[in-house]
This record gives sequence, structure tokens and C-alpha cells, in this order.
Amino acid sequence: MNAPAYNFAYLDEQTKRMIRRAILKAIAIPGYQVPFASREMPMPYGWGTGGVQVTAAILGPEDVLKVIDQGSDDTTNAISIRKFFAKTAGVATTTATNEATVIQTRHRIPETALHENQVLVYQVPIPEPLRFLEPRETETRRMHALAEYGLMHVKLYEDIARFGHIATAYAYPVKVNARYVMDPSPTPKFDNPKMDNCPALQLFGAGREKRIYAIPPYTQVVSLDFEDHPFEPYRFNAPCALCGAENSYLDEIVTDDKGGRMFVCSDTDYCEGRQATGHHGSLSAAPYKEKAHG
Amino acid sequence: MYVAVKGGERAIENAHRLLAHKRRGDQGVPEVTLAQISEQLGLAVDRVMSEGSLYDRELAALAIKQARGDLIEAIFLVRAFRATMPRFGSSEPVDTGTMRVRRRVSATFKDIPGGQILGPTFDYTHRLLDPLLAEGLAPEAPATADAHTAPTPRVTDILGRDGLIECSPPADDGASVGDLTREPLNFPADRDLRLQNLARGDEGFLLAMGYSTQRGYGRNHPFVGEIRFGEVEVELFAEDAGFAVPLGSIELTECQMVNQFKGSATEAPCFTRGYGLAFGQSERKTMSMALVDRALRARELGEEVRAPAQDEEFVMSHSDNVQATGFVEHLKLPHYVDFQSELGLLRKLRQEFADASTPDAMKEAAE
Repeated sequence: MNAPAYNFAYLDEQTKRMIRRAILKAIAIPGYQVPFASREMPMPYGWGTGGVQVTAAILGPEDVLKVIDQGSDDTTNAISIRKFFAKTAGVATTTATNEATVIQTRHRIPETALHENQVLVYQVPIPEPLRFLEPRETETRRMHALAEYGLMHVKLYEDIARFGHIATAYAYPVKVNARYVMDPSPTPKFDNPKMDNCPALQLFGAGREKRIYAIPPYTQVVSLDFEDHPFEPYRFNAPCALCGAENSYLDEIVTDDKGGRMFVCSDTDYCEGRQATGHHGSLSAAPYKEKAHG
Repeated sequence: MYVAVKGGERAIENAHRLLAHKRRGDQGVPEVTLAQISEQLGLAVDRVMSEGSLYDRELAALAIKQARGDLIEAIFLVRAFRATMPRFGSSEPVDTGTMRVRRRVSATFKDIPGGQILGPTFDYTHRLLDPLLAEGLAPEAPATADAHTAPTPRVTDILGRDGLIECSPPADDGASVGDLTREPLNFPADRDLRLQNLARGDEGFLLAMGYSTQRGYGRNHPFVGEIRFGEVEVELFAEDAGFAVPLGSIELTECQMVNQFKGSATEAPCFTRGYGLAFGQSERKTMSMALVDRALRARELGEEVRAPAQDEEFVMSHSDNVQATGFVEHLKLPHYVDFQSELGLLRKLRQEFADASTPDAMKEAAE
């Protein structure tokens, strides 16, 4: 039987070169979706194969990797991906946002501001922001080429006509560098402003859909809106029950079957960091929680 | 109370340990071997090799065992392994005309050169559960005859000699064959890529798509020109040696459908082709594939594209079961933060709805 032997960070060097070329092109054309020959990864499509391929292609032995899912380092899929790279690349891993050089994420941007020596790699399920308005790839590519984004504005307008608000709560479309309309991946729209003028490089990988796109550092990213209906980030109006943060995105946790709820930071590293420096919330005597790491 | 909503490393490890235990089942029952799977569940192995795009019976049997008989999971295991394999080159085109035929039937002619050969088939069996099989009795030895020596030309070649069926496009030795596992797929896609996509495509999906063409959604009047199953040689042109060297033989099933004719003021009418090919014995797959291949040629043949099976973006984007199962099943991953954002929006809209439907008079009275 053929015994498998794997390269550093799993992918062979030829594949990495192909992915790096796609990444360079993506950086050169901010917000443009570059097709790439996505490989079959040893985890399922839709579970971060795009992000994993981008991370595998940029990771070096000196890198420090952080992986989050829903903002948290200890969600099952984040653990699984972190272990994958710890095993196949032997790189150092961390849960601390400011110590990481590469952060792979699903659905969140960390609360701690990113810096110039970091790369944020997003896992993207459906890279095409126009997909649910026009299912055909041949059509949407043409629309992007012509910057024909009227359909998207009509959709947002129809939301306002029907609901009184733009009824998009996550994967809220943005315009990058005043040219391409881009899907920010299914992050809550709360995170959209963090993408604008960000010092870190932001890379987006969609494995199943075979697309890579990028936001270079310090690039303008604008959430689509109207003058009379400006973009509004949403955050549940409560402090974090564990660290008291007033400005972080919150997870809603159902505590009983009588309507009991508690709200805690979705970014666990941010929350733990605040608690460690003496911040407290209403329920900060948290019971035993499994450590994500170490 | 902050309940443990987030999974831990230990939980994953324990889940995988439990999976391994369930995979083995009752340890009082002998463990299934790869040889048993390969020999006795041969059609499952064929399917995993075909949709996994890797001709290796032993690895496919291992994948089936590891996947507890879940064939899509087994296909996924094989694909992930295949993705890391270096590519040494492309084989010479195999010649199915020289196949050592085990089974070969045509629905278009009563008799054909080389004859109709039923071979091992479920066709004409009565689907009655067999209690004797449960007891594990040795089957009767197969009937034998002298080795078959007459050539078995392809039925489509026989039709082609009289110009009754369109010519297959001549091979272009200089052109490389597309590979959608190495280059990103763009639409419109050429037939080589379409056939590759269909060959890797989910048997159930192709079956439903092919079936839909028979029921009128993109009808193309098919006849089974020929289905053949047997062994063919695979050869690789060795640059250093300067000639093609045999790599071994593989089992293939090929289906050539003969479909409704086309013609124009300048071209004499002739039948058109639909093609299916798979590893091992996979008749349902190759027949479905041939129907869908023909349907997807609508654009090329100047037919109106109206049915799902004729729509290459629709078919090719949804045929892959590894992609499909991944994305469908990813819905079980946490979506707390999106859901929270959506909840916030919905609560706001409901509040506004409640405010708007409370008459002002009542509001005032309440105040």
C-alpha cells in the first residue's frame, strides 16, 4: 500500500506556488475574486478548506498561528484546524491575538486591533456577493467586470421598502478600494468597520468555490448603504457578563428554559485578557472552563 | 451560569475514540478484511474508485472500511489522498475497442460482430431475497466456453462507417486534456472538462439528472448503442525510452448512447453521441453520464437550453458529492455570531411591527 508522506503545512510546493500566485493577483486587484485550483483537503468543503489552503501557502516555520471560529479559540472546528497545522507544519500556535502572525478566522474579526505584521485569513463559504441575486457565475463575473452593481442597491432598497431597514445582518456587502463589491464572509456586520484601513493584510479563501480575494493593508472598505439609511453596526445593548466590555460583539447564551439569557464576548481571547487585567462583569466568577490550548 | 457551550480538545478526541469503537462493532464478530471488501463488495469499491478518481482497489477498500460503509465518506477519503499525489504525466488514450470484454450489450442491433455478452449482471435476476446466501453457501462454478477471439468493434464505429452517427472529433495530439482538479473551472466548459466532472460526479445526482431527460426535461431520444465492461491496457509514453510502456490493466465500463439526429441545409442528418465512462463495473453511472453528457451538448448542437440537465453551470456546480456533502453538513458548525446578528435584526423588526400595530389611541390611554 502507498504510505502517505506529507510536505510542510500539508500542501506540496507546486500547489503552494499556484496559491501564492493567486494571492499576489488578489492583492494587486483588491476585492477581485481570483479563481484558483483549489485542492481537496483532508477536511470537508464548507469547513474552512479555502482558509486552510491560504494559510498553508503563506505559513513559514517562524509563524505563530491563531485559529478562531465564532471569535473563539476553543470551538471544535478552530481546535481541529489549529491541530492540523500544529501537526503538519509544527508551527507555534497561540490564542493571543497580538502574538499571532497569521490568524485564520471563521465568522469574526478579533476585537483587538490588528497590526502591520499580521495576516488575517478568512474562511469563505460563498465568495460571490451577487450570488443570491444572480445564480450564474458567467453573469456575476460580467457584472463585476462592468462594475454593474445596481442590482445590489435595488436589493438593499427593497429591504428598506419592506422592513424599514437594510435586512442584512451578516455577510454585509462592502465596496473595496472604490471598485469591487465584495462579500466579507459571514461575519456579523458589527465587524465591517474593522476591515477599513486595516494595517494587517486580509486574505479570503473559498475552497469549494475555488476563489481567493484580498484586502491589502490600509485599503478603503465601505459598507454599502444610502445617505438617508446609513450603515449601522449591530451589537446587543449590554455589557459582557464576564468582563464588562461595552464595545465587544456578544454571544447570546440561553441559560434556562424560562427566558434566561446571558451575553458574553464572542472573542474569548479579548474577554479573558480583560478579565486577567481586572475587568469584571455581572457573572465574572466563571466556573471551570476547559482551556483551549496548552 | 456560563454553561459549557464550546467544545474542547478532549471532547473531539473522545468522539473519535467512540467512532473507532462503533466502527469495529461487536468484537465477538470477526473483523472485515480489505480483501473481503474488495472481493465481496466489489461494486462499492468500483464506485469509490470512480468518484474518488483513483484506481486503487486496496485503498478504496480501506476507505470503505474506515468510513463504516458510508460511500461518500469513503470517496472523500480517497480524494483527499489523491490530491497530494504528484503527477508524473498523462497516459496514452486507452482504446476501449481492444477491451478484453467481460460483458457487452447493444440495444440498437440484435446481433453485432463479437456478439452480445451478458456477463455478470443483475439484469433478469428476480429480486427475491435469498436466504441461502445468508447461510454462506459456495456458489456454483461459472459456465465456461472457449476463449473469445473475435474482435468486438464498437457499435458506434459500425454506425460511423456509414456516416449515420456524427464523427468523434479527431484526437489532437498536441492539445493537453483539461484537469479540473489542477486548474480552476471556468464556464463555459469544454467537453473534456464536462466529462471529467461527470465521471467524478455523484451517481445518484447523475441518475436523477439523466432520468429527468427521459421524462421530458431536455429529452434527447437515447438508444444504448453499446455498454461494454472489461479490461484495458494503460500505457504511458516514456520520454527517455521513446515509446509507450504499459503500466498495467484496469477495468472500465463504457456506455455509448446514440441520440436524436441533427442535420441542416449543409449537413446530412446523423445521430449524435452521449458518452459515459467509469472505473470498474458501473453501468448505472455510465448510462446516466451518457444521458447527461448528451444533454449538456445542447449549446454545441444548437439546441435551446431549457432543462436543468442541459445547464452546465447547474449540473457541473452541483454534481460533486464531496463538495455537496461538505457544504450541506457545514450547517452543523456553530453559527452563533451570525445568528445573534440575525436575532438582533428580527427583534428590532418585530418591535417596530408591534409599535406600529398598536393604535395611537390605545397608546395614549395606556399612558
